[in-house]
Amino acid sequence: MVEFHHVYKSYDGEPAVKDISFTVDKGELFGLIGPDGAGKSTLFRILTTVLLADSGEVIFDGHDVVADYKYVRKNVGYMPGKFSLYQDLSVKENLEFFATIFNTTIKENYDLIKDIYEQLEPFENRRAGDLSGGMKQKLALSCALIHKPKVLVLDEPTFGVDAVSRKEFWDMLKSLKKKGVTILVSTPYMDEAELCDRVALIQKGSILEIDTPEGIINRFDKKLYKLRTHEIYPALIALSKMKGMEHSFSFGQEIHIYSKVDIDEKWLEDQLKAQGVKQVEVFRGQPGIEDCFMDLMVSGNLMEEIENV
Amino acid sequence: MYNKEFTIIAKNLTKKFGDFTAVDAISFEVEKGEIFGFLGANGAGKTTAIKMLCGLSMPTSGEATIAGYDIYKEPEMIKKNIGYMSQHFSLYQDMTIRENIRFYAGIYGLTNKQIKERGEKLLNDLKIESFADRFVADLPLGFKQKLAFSIAVIHNPKIVFLDEPTSGVDPITRRQFWGLIYEASHRGITVFVTTHYLEEAEYCHRVSIMVDGEMRDLDTPVELMKKYNKKTMNDVFLYMAVRSKRKE
Repeated sequence: MVEFHHVYKSYDGEPAVKDISFTVDKGELFGLIGPDGAGKSTLFRILTTVLLADSGEVIFDGHDVVADYKYVRKNVGYMPGKFSLYQDLSVKENLEFFATIFNTTIKENYDLIKDIYEQLEPFENRRAGDLSGGMKQKLALSCALIHKPKVLVLDEPTFGVDAVSRKEFWDMLKSLKKKGVTILVSTPYMDEAELCDRVALIQKGSILEIDTPEGIINRFDKKLYKLRTHEIYPALIALSKMKGMEHSFSFGQEIHIYSKVDIDEKWLEDQLKAQGVKQVEVFRGQPGIEDCFMDLMVSGNLMEEIENV
Repeated sequence: MYNKEFTIIAKNLTKKFGDFTAVDAISFEVEKGEIFGFLGANGAGKTTAIKMLCGLSMPTSGEATIAGYDIYKEPEMIKKNIGYMSQHFSLYQDMTIRENIRFYAGIYGLTNKQIKERGEKLLNDLKIESFADRFVADLPLGFKQKLAFSIAVIHNPKIVFLDEPTSGVDPITRRQFWGLIYEASHRGITVFVTTHYLEEAEYCHRVSIMVDGEMRDLDTPVELMKKYNKKTMNDVFLYMAVRSKRKE
């Protein structure tokens, strides 16, 4: 349904995305997972015809996005990262406006947005600018869907949104997927990767890995040890001084250690206790997507750094 | 022996906007050097509460002492003794790193000598001496956030308020940022932090959860997870926030 072939884009000589290739199948819920500045928005802008790539090719439902931009615009629903509805139009006016420019009516495609828009109906006459964050997001999604697009492109729809609204939003995406909409969504939240059919992990303009969430986890090639203690900070400092323990990261009440070799759990516990970390427990564990992302960042040397000019 | 030193003491702190009670009689204390997580769904009243605690907004009723100063009588002293950083308010993009340090340190009332000494230490700690004359706009997001935090504590405030400081930052830089938070806490600075990354809540010494303007619970992450019988703070938060009655 969507194909990227060797796409490059630079801004003022600074590469934003480098040699990006991937495909998204019809009906798939595909996630671009990565921090701000990774290149996610650039890829979405190229796909939605609001930005030209420097080189490479993007195909949308069999149509080239440059040559056939009109086809893309008719058949894509795009929700940009910034709230981009008319703040001083009401909820209903915004929706009518978007329906009208796509030459359709709210009535015609109401079934697609019904579940989402119903939650907004009590505030139909409120100005969009006066809605709460979660409600704005629902309105933006309704407006992006009102012309019944084949592909929905959502740029960080859950950024800065609380955990409850995030959960609701992902439930909405799941039900849209069931209705046959192909969805591309980007997010900086690693835990949302597990809600996608397939994901591309992206950092500094390059794709680190593309697969199903399970596939990415299965390919984690280090041994992961989990360390539980109430003294996370002293334990991290102690680990940073030990050879082979350089890749230790805090995870809530735990520390995760990525190691190329087997570690004797008891030995490590004793080492840490000798350094004053009381009550420490070490055991083998399973990685999550965030572990995989960090390990790929470390091994690909893709840490954030200041570019030399 | 009673030897705890509290940098934040709030008693029945309330803020009403007309008929709407944004913050409903919250009472809590935060210790010196404590990392205090302030959680709540969007619209639960967090921002309103933080504005009051920073001396920027007068409460409708209730009392609070921040860094030893009364919020009604001494808001200007409060502002001098706290640091503040958020995703939206941080640094001047079109000034260099060094200029930002000088500017903020000057506003916080440091002497020229202090500005020079602490500025150099800051650049050294973040390993950015060789980039000091670069514009902030040219820095990667994570660096900006780490720099903004270091500047927010350059005057050794009693408390630093952090409003979603790590949003959008990559997972490794996010952890480096928390390293800075731990260091500040070790130095005795109270860290008052909001976040949407709920596993970060587990890094806090204690966590409070705001629902509909009320502080519904306050405890260590371990105790909260035990109490609600949940495995993660995310599950605790979802369990509590879903009980919100506040509608649009």
